[in-house]
Order: sequence, then structure tokens, then C-alpha cells
Amino acid sequence: MYTYDLIVIGGGASGIAAAIKAKELGVKKVALVDEKSYLGGVLPQCIHSGFGLVYFKEDLTGPEFTEKLVQKAKKLSFDVYSDTFVFKIIYRDYFEKLVYAVSKHGIKKLKTKTIVYSAGCRERSIYEIGVVGSRPSGIFTAGEAQTLMDIYGIMPGKNIVIVGSGDVGLIMARRFALQGANVKAVIEIMPYPGGLTRNIVQCLNDFNIPLFLSHSVLRVIGKDRIEEVEVCKVDESKKCIEDSIFRIKCDTLIISAGLVPRVELLEDLGISIDPLTKSAVVNDRLETSLPGIFVAGNALVVNDLVDYAVEQGEVAAQGASEFVFNNGISAAQWKKIKLNGNIRFFVPQLISGERDVIMYGRVISPEEKVKLEINEIKKEISFFRVRPSEMIRLRLNKDELSSVKTKSLTFSISKRSE
Amino acid sequence: MSKARVAIIGAGIVGASIARVLSRYENLEVHLIEMEVDVGWGVSKANTAILHAGYDDDPNLYPNRAKYCVRGNYLWRKWTKQLQIRASWNGSLVLSFSEEDEEELYNLLERGERNGVKGLRIIEKDEIQKLEKNASPSATLALWAPTAGQISPFEAVTALVENAVENGVILHLETKVLDIVEDGTRVTKLVTNNGEIEVDWVINATGLYADYIAELVGGSEFKITPRRGEYFLFDSTAEPKVSRILFPAPKPKSKGVVVTTTVDGNLMIGPNATDLPEEEKENKETTQEGLEEVWINASKLVKSLPSKSKVIKTFAGLRPEPTGGDFIIKPHDSLLGFINVAGMRSPGLTSAPAVAYEIPKMLLHLGARLVLKKNWNPTRKRIIRFSEVSNRRKNKLIAMNPLYGNIVCQCEMVTEAEVVEAIRRGARTIEGVKLRTRAGMGRCQGAFCRAKIAMILSRELKIKPWQVRVKGAGSEIGVGDLFSLLHE
Amino acid sequence: MSNKRKVVKLTCIVCPIGCEIEVIAENGNIISISGNKCPNGEKYAKEEVFHPKRLAFTVLRCKNGTMPTVAVKTSKPVSKFLIPSIMKYLSNVEVSAPLNVGDVVVQNILDSGADVVVTRSVDLLECNS
Repeated sequence: MYTYDLIVIGGGASGIAAAIKAKELGVKKVALVDEKSYLGGVLPQCIHSGFGLVYFKEDLTGPEFTEKLVQKAKKLSFDVYSDTFVFKIIYRDYFEKLVYAVSKHGIKKLKTKTIVYSAGCRERSIYEIGVVGSRPSGIFTAGEAQTLMDIYGIMPGKNIVIVGSGDVGLIMARRFALQGANVKAVIEIMPYPGGLTRNIVQCLNDFNIPLFLSHSVLRVIGKDRIEEVEVCKVDESKKCIEDSIFRIKCDTLIISAGLVPRVELLEDLGISIDPLTKSAVVNDRLETSLPGIFVAGNALVVNDLVDYAVEQGEVAAQGASEFVFNNGISAAQWKKIKLNGNIRFFVPQLISGERDVIMYGRVISPEEKVKLEINEIKKEISFFRVRPSEMIRLRLNKDELSSVKTKSLTFSISKRSE
Repeated sequence: MSKARVAIIGAGIVGASIARVLSRYENLEVHLIEMEVDVGWGVSKANTAILHAGYDDDPNLYPNRAKYCVRGNYLWRKWTKQLQIRASWNGSLVLSFSEEDEEELYNLLERGERNGVKGLRIIEKDEIQKLEKNASPSATLALWAPTAGQISPFEAVTALVENAVENGVILHLETKVLDIVEDGTRVTKLVTNNGEIEVDWVINATGLYADYIAELVGGSEFKITPRRGEYFLFDSTAEPKVSRILFPAPKPKSKGVVVTTTVDGNLMIGPNATDLPEEEKENKETTQEGLEEVWINASKLVKSLPSKSKVIKTFAGLRPEPTGGDFIIKPHDSLLGFINVAGMRSPGLTSAPAVAYEIPKMLLHLGARLVLKKNWNPTRKRIIRFSEVSNRRKNKLIAMNPLYGNIVCQCEMVTEAEVVEAIRRGARTIEGVKLRTRAGMGRCQGAFCRAKIAMILSRELKIKPWQVRVKGAGSEIGVGDLFSLLHE
Repeated sequence: MSNKRKVVKLTCIVCPIGCEIEVIAENGNIISISGNKCPNGEKYAKEEVFHPKRLAFTVLRCKNGTMPTVAVKTSKPVSKFLIPSIMKYLSNVEVSAPLNVGDVVVQNILDSGADVVVTRSVDLLECNS
């Protein structure tokens, strides 16, 4: 049995960054476990640029970003278990967790003081978005299509319809178009696009791909392979408008309808889950309700920027190293984050008020000229424009937090008075 | 010794059961003929998977259903053990919510006793709650049928076919019967898309298409109409589940929307019952209205259903409704050698073993000679499920075959070794692998594993990755390599 | 180029703000640029109106490697209109492992001034048979 101070589960951007940070902070025995044969998670198949503008101050492709992280990691000594799948975590006690993993070498039972869990997300399926009809081939999630194309070199189809105009869907629209496919439509249920405007320009406008806002995919038609998709316009309550139903002929349907954090192994342990993020409730060390288990990256919150995922990995590593060196995280007057107004979520949900904390959040709907207020510390930040697709990241300093006497902090987003 | 040639058309649960039973005879050359690319892809693939106790079928109106269901329920206990098919015998509860319903329960009780069902009892509220914690508190009474059970229908078909083939049955896949030739007295050969097969006996077990096949020889006056049922399948972690099979009081058209937990631990609700035009024998589309109907009716049976966000799949299956409503198990009136085993709607799955044992009796009655084999193998070993064995056993498996250490499907923890074994046992498609291993049946519904399974199929079948089929012909996962469209 | 005055509205893609920029051009010359919040937007607008450029990303078929494909990009932005031809050209290029990040697989592709460089390395596949 191997004994570690920290095991990082998931070798994507946030996981590699966590392992690197832990070693830099002096944690001795660190392991990184990933189920694939290569590190980087989804990054190696994200062959477009836009990664690392903050972290490396360069505009890199996904694989280049991974390579730089991996090079940094190679200079440090931690164990990397590739082709190794973690299938069970056991919380023994405050100082001991067990991680069970399987590889072609057998079952490994790894003992550790702390865990950083960074296993990323999965994609929502066609069933989860309520599409009915037949169940032919030719239906893929966006990430799946990306893997088929840019890892395995397989062309999934010729006449493409994409559900969801988030950045993932837009990137895949361009990808398909570049490989000679006919991308017939991107269908978006909201009245505004899900992704960044720059991606609307680079991925849709550049290729004359029509975007249908306020539209929903109802039904799949096709016997062995999809032949058509039935679409309708929707009203403000997302209900189908009668007489607006039409069909688009296609042989491929790409579902890009959102990501869900993959935290089933943690749910099995009974950690507190935040229904707003569908992931763990965490404190300002990104520690879950089970001591010594930290969450980072997309497993914690779906990030738009890999730079934030990396930052979360580093914060989690700091938390883990604090745990290792101080025999745990000190008790604190934990303050709950309350939400008010146009806010979907904020993470972390609990802060000590005794240290700096970086908050990550999203709004529910797009709005212009708003302010984010935290009354208890008399903080007010103005935003020209907020969008659900653009994560809000803000740093609260120890000094501004030290004045808080209450048991909670209320984050509020509302329109600015001119 | 010259063998009599028997062709069973249709490798669904009924055809496969008959194949297994006929494989016991030394002097029969048994051909199992299936038009799809794999076995059990018709009615057998999408149903409620219940082994009914046998109180539903009125012996006056539906004598075959009544007779074979009870027998079949009993026989499956032995067959599932011999063939290592996943089954659970947790019993069923028919719940009543009104006086009308209660009267129906007493009818069922009486009918069940007539059909020879054991252990049936009408029970009251507190006993209902003891047997099923999630039963709706509005249920006034229930008919408790302890002999009811559940099975994995895809596992059942593949297990039966493996066992039949091991005992000498010749399996023809992607083989469609286009015509049946007779010499005026008896059948002589089948004409298929893969050539001709000379036959002495033909058993029509073609499910939804039984009327089309019967028409090839004429003289049978039944029609098979598709009756579609839609289902929801929940994530394995979705709570609350149920521990018994829950039914409403039945209507003449169908047993109603059921709430059950499958043998693999997923809560499942359904089916509704929509009669389709006779030609729509492939219409397995789910509909908003149908699914809505299922949800509403299922909710009535339980305290609560899990949140809709825990639904991982919706699907539909078709029942082959025969003219007259009862199983049509009889030889042709005038043409020797042609036997119909048609209209095997509910309780078709339950009845299959019992119906299968009728066939040799029928053959003898029709003049065939049957000689039992001395060394017929009744057993078949299942594909080991890595996820279910102890860690010690896991290590042993990996030491013996490192492919057990490569997880292909993360949601269900299915290894490459199991995928390769499924291919060895006949899977030629991603669906075939899925039905034999559960890879792709988890919450991500194949998004993470489809590509990996396609690459393994490509390697094992020595075909290009984009040629790998998801399901049947025309369902290839890709249209070519990544650059194929740019070359056009 | 026509003598007419041309008004082009475009969204800047340099940073997440996405300023709506208006460019007025005449006789192939830019008369005015407005709506940008920073000089990067002005630079982008100037190019985008007459010589829109983009980076191109794709994968190539790779032989003898641990992965069947290698990811590549153009070393700098190329004319947007050249990209379909670049994609077609690259669809016929096959490379062999090993390849490292930064390796040039095609020099000065289609005279664009940009090379095609590797962004994802591929190791040589060891045969253990």
C-alpha cells in the first residue's frame, strides 16, 4: 500500500496545476492519477487557441497549454499514474483517506492525508434535454465529436445540426465547417447566444452558419441514422409556439447543452452538494464538507477559462498543503455566502474571513450596467455588462473581510442607478 | 444419420428459447435465422422485462397466455440459473385506489387461482407499506404476487443463443427470409438475401413480422399490430427506488404503467399503450404526450418519483398484438412443416420457455422423429462483470488478462476485456457490445465510451473505425476519415 | 474598389468585451474607425475590413505514433479566404511520429507566409510483439 500526503484525482489542467503547486509548497509525497494514457484531460483535443492568456500570458492551443504545464511538472518529483481509473474513495478519518484505483497492473489501494478531486465534467445527453423521437445513430455530444475528430481522425458526419450555442458548440460548428461538413444550423433555446461574441464571429459568421435563437429541438427523425430534426420557436417561458415547427434535414446532431460536474465518487461519501453548482459545497480552501478532500477545476464549477481552473487547482493545493503541515484546517467562524438578485451561484459557499479568497460566480441572465454589492463589507463593484457565459471572478482581501461580524455575506446583483 | 432441418425464423426471446430446446436433439439440424445484425433486437430489446406471476390472463379468452405464463414463470427459475441470466424474484403488487379497482383485484385473485398461480393474496395498507416503502399511501388494497420476477431481456436472448450455438445450432444473422417454397404438401426451402436454405420444418417466431412471414405461405388469417409503449429510465443513484414491481389495476388494453427497479438497479417507469397502424412495425419513437402520460400514471403508484433531472434515458418498445389477443401457437392447417409461434405480446417473455417445450411435442405429433443428445450442455457462463467482483478477484482477473485493467465505460465500470469478450460472443456493433456488457448504459449514455468501443470493434473486426456500426446497417459511426469530405 | 462610401459594422474579437466598431471606408481607404474602447480594436478593425486574417487549426494523419493524429496550427494568422484551400492542402499531408511541439510540418503554406507547426506532440509507438 502506498502512502501519500496528497493524491490528485484527475490529470487535467486543474489537477496538474494542483500537483505542481503542492510540490512547490513543499508537500513531500504527491500523486496524480488519470484514467487516460495522456495528461491534460480535454485540453489535448481542444486544438484551437484561446488558452493561457492569463496563466502563461500567451495565446496557446489546448495541447500547447498542456505541454507547458507538463514540462513544469516534469521538473518536480511526484508520482503520475496514467491509464489508472479511480473507482472508490473511502473517508477513514480526519487524517486518512483511501483511494482505490485500477490499471493493467492491478488494483491499487492508496492511502493519503488529502485529496484534490479534479475529475472534470460530463456532457448532458439528448435525453436530459427532453428531445423525443427515434434513437438512430449520428447523435453525438460536442466533446464526443471532438474526440472522434481530433484524437481518432474520424469524420462523424456531413450535414450537421448543433444544439446549444455555448462556446463548446460554436467551436465545434467551426471545426465541422473546416473539415468540409455542411453545418446547417445552431439551435439556441435562449434569446441570446450562450458563448462569447468573438466565437459567434469566428465560428458562425465566418462560415455563414445560421444561428436560431429562441428555438428548441423537439424531435429526432430517422431509422438507422438521423435524417431530420424537428425544431420550433419558443416563447419567453421556453414553450413551443404553435405553427412554428419546421424540420431540418441532417445526418448528424451535436448536443452541446451544458456540462455537469462529475462528482459521483464524492456524492457516495455523502458530502454536501450545492444544487446551484451541482458540485460540492466548499470553503475558502476549496475543501468539501469532508475534511481533507478538496475540489478544483470543472469538477467544482464549470469554468469558461482554463486559467481559472488552474487557479482553483492551486488554491486547492494550498488548502491541502495547509492541511498536511498544520494537521488540518483550523476551526473558524465560517460565514455562509447568501445570494440575492441576478446571481446563479458563487463559489466558495463558505469563507473564514481570515484570509484572501477568490470568488467565482455567474449571473442568471444578461444585464447591462449592474453592480455587485456585498453589504456586510460595504463593497460595490460596477459592471458594464454581465452575461451567464462570462464567469465573474473577484478577489476579497483578508483586510476587507476582517470587519465582518455576521454569520453570512450577501452577494447581490442589481441595476445601477445612473 | 440424416438430420431433419429445422429453421427458426426470428432470434428474439421466443425463437432463441425454441432454438435452445431443439438443440437437445441429435437428429435435428437447427438453423436460427435473424434479419437484424444481432439477436434480440425486436420486441425483446425494449419491454418491461417482467416475469409475470400469471393472474392477468383470462383462461377463457386467452387460454395460451394463461397456460404458458404460469409454466414459463416456473421454468425461468431453472433457466436463469443454468444460463447465468440476471434475474430477481422480488414479487409484484397490483395497487387499488378505488372500489372499482378493488373489485378488479378480486377478479385477478380468482383468475390467478384458476391459472394455478401460487401465493397470491390480497393485502391491506400496513402490509403494503411493509413490502414496499415507496408505495402510495392512497393505495387501499393490493394483490401481492410473490412469484413475479424480473429478468434482463437482452442478457436472456444472448445467453439462450450462445447456449444454442454451443449445442450445434447454426445462427444466420442479417438474413431476411424473402420467400418460403413448398412442394404442395410441405415446406421445402427458404429463400433469403443470403441464399437458399433447404428445410423440413419452419417455425415462425418473427414477432412484429409474424403476419408477413405467415403470408408467404398463405392460409393464416391473423394480423400483428404494433402497440407501442414508452419508458423512462433513471440513473442508478436516483432515489427513491422501489423494491417490488408496482402495477395499477389493469385495463383490457394493457397492464398499465409500471414502476419497477430493473435487475441492474435502475428505476424504470412505463409503458403506456398506443396502437399504431399495422404497417408501422418499426415506429419506436417516444412522444411528448406519451412520456407525459407515463410520468403522470407512474406518479400515482408511489409516494414520489425521483426528480426528472435524474432521468438518463427515454425509449419505446413495441408489442406484437395478434388478432384475437392470444398467442398463436399452431401448425399450419394444410401445409406440413410450417408452425406459427406468433403474437407473443405480454406475457410473451415470461412464457417463452414453456412455449419452447411445446415445439418438440408438436413436431412429434406432426410425424417427426426426435432423438435426444447424450451430451447436451445445459449451461452457459455469463460474461464476468468486473465491477461486481471483489477486489481480490479483480486482481486475479487483471493478472490473467491485463485488458481487465483498462476501463472503457466509466459510468458502469466496464473493462476492455469484457468488451472483447462481448465481441467474441457475437457483438458486431456498439449496441451489441452495450447489450452484453452494459457499456453505454450509464448516466453519460455513451458520450465517453462510444469512441473507445468503436476503436476496439475496429481492431477486433479489422474494419476501419468509421465503418463501425452503432446499430444496424446504415448506422456507421462516421462517414469516413477526418479528411474524406475535403477530398470530395 | 468602388468609389462609394462603405460603412462596415463589425464586432471586435480581440478581447471578451467585443466592442461594436464602425468603419467607414472610401476608395479602398479607411476614413474613420469608431466604437473601439482600445487601440487593439482599431488595429483589428483596420485589418478585418480589407484583409481579414485568422489562425487556422486542424489535425493531420500521423503514422507510427501513439495517437493516430497530430494537432497543428498556422504559425501566424493567414488570410481568412485562404483557409479552405489550406484545409484541403493539409488533408493530403501525412506525417510520421515522433513529432514535437513546434516542429514545422509545412513551410510557408500556400505562400501565406505562415508555417504549419505541431501543437501536440506524438511519440513513436513501440511495437511489443
